[in-house]
Amino acid sequence: MHEALLEIADDCLVLGHRLSEWCGHAPMLEEDLALPNMALDLIGVARGLYARAGEIEGKGRGEDDLAYFRGEREFRNCLLVERPNGDFAATMLRQLYFGAFMEPFWRAAAASTDDVVRGIAGKAAKEVAYHIRHAGEWVIRLGDGTEESAARMAHAVEAHHRYSGELFESSRAARAAEAAGVLPRRSEMRAEWDRVIGMVFVEAGLTVPEGVFMQTGGRAGLHGEDLGHMLAEMQSVARAHPGAVW
Amino acid sequence: MIDLTRAAEVAGHVPDPEIPAVTIADLGILRGVVAEGDVAVVKLSPTYSGCPAVLAIELAVEAALRDAGIPARIERVMEPAWTTDWITEEGRDKLWAFGIAPPVAGGKATLFAAPEVNCPRCGSEATERVSEFGSTPCKAHYRCKGCGEPFDYFKCI
Ligand SMILES: [Zn+2]
Repeated sequence: MHEALLEIADDCLVLGHRLSEWCGHAPMLEEDLALPNMALDLIGVARGLYARAGEIEGKGRGEDDLAYFRGEREFRNCLLVERPNGDFAATMLRQLYFGAFMEPFWRAAAASTDDVVRGIAGKAAKEVAYHIRHAGEWVIRLGDGTEESAARMAHAVEAHHRYSGELFESSRAARAAEAAGVLPRRSEMRAEWDRVIGMVFVEAGLTVPEGVFMQTGGRAGLHGEDLGHMLAEMQSVARAHPGAVW
Repeated sequence: MIDLTRAAEVAGHVPDPEIPAVTIADLGILRGVVAEGDVAVVKLSPTYSGCPAVLAIELAVEAALRDAGIPARIERVMEPAWTTDWITEEGRDKLWAFGIAPPVAGGKATLFAAPEVNCPRCGSEATERVSEFGSTPCKAHYRCKGCGEPFDYFKCI
């Protein structure tokens, strides 16, 4: 059971950390506030899930152990969230893809049989609605913008669409959690995701690619090399000073 | 015997560290105080999942009770999730007076529809959203076209 929660916690932590990489580098001041704000929401959700996963696992591992002392192959996040930020268009598209999945997922998880998951889901569902709106507005603005911005957004779709299929796949651990009513079935988010992405793409003048071969493997710990680089940086302080507090 | 009424009063009077004009009782994040032997268990709800103020609030409440001579423990309550609907009338008035537009009823985020927010300085309805994400997780950044001033909007969640 705890492995299924780790998958989602890893999704949120990895994407949260990616967003935090924009801090101080965003294209405008408002985005320099917006991106870390969304990162905080995601990292907050990850913390709650790590704490619960560690509790269920029962080996005394806390949130810091799970976030900072697991290697790349032990991370169970989907490939979409570990993609490097690229340009601002790519970051916003990645956020829309992930958020459009998580919004119905958290709404359904608010009926979880696990009290802690239910509590986290109720809050996360409302937060992710803001993330979708923010990312969706940018996808429209850039997709329907200048020749340059439209080309960049179209490129972002081409680069990321192949990682969208993994969102709807349930690992063995996830299937067990779904059967126990702890988590909703991932495949059931498909219709809502298609609806939101379709709606945004129409306004953005983008086309949803068809017949794309979907890359998967994240849930089995098979990641691209970018995740290793990200974790090396993210975990460096905790590993250099194990057990440090301030 | 712990005086629970007094414990709730002390806890409720703790100001929000990010918006000191309102107390945690005004915000509706104080969910109750119960006795557990000689210890007052104060139930608090976080506002946003990653809100950095959550721990600061918990420590402040614990300290306030300790100063009042009441041993206390904080319990974080996640469910049901805190909503801006729980901000009291008094809390809304204080936000307004402090220059922060309180949450607009029925202004929950729907995809691509922003709520109409009045300017807390001049009352004008002619305002525009600058950014959904402001200086803290709970606030959005607005601008008034009437008086020209920027202001914060306490967004609905
Ligand atoms: Zn005004």
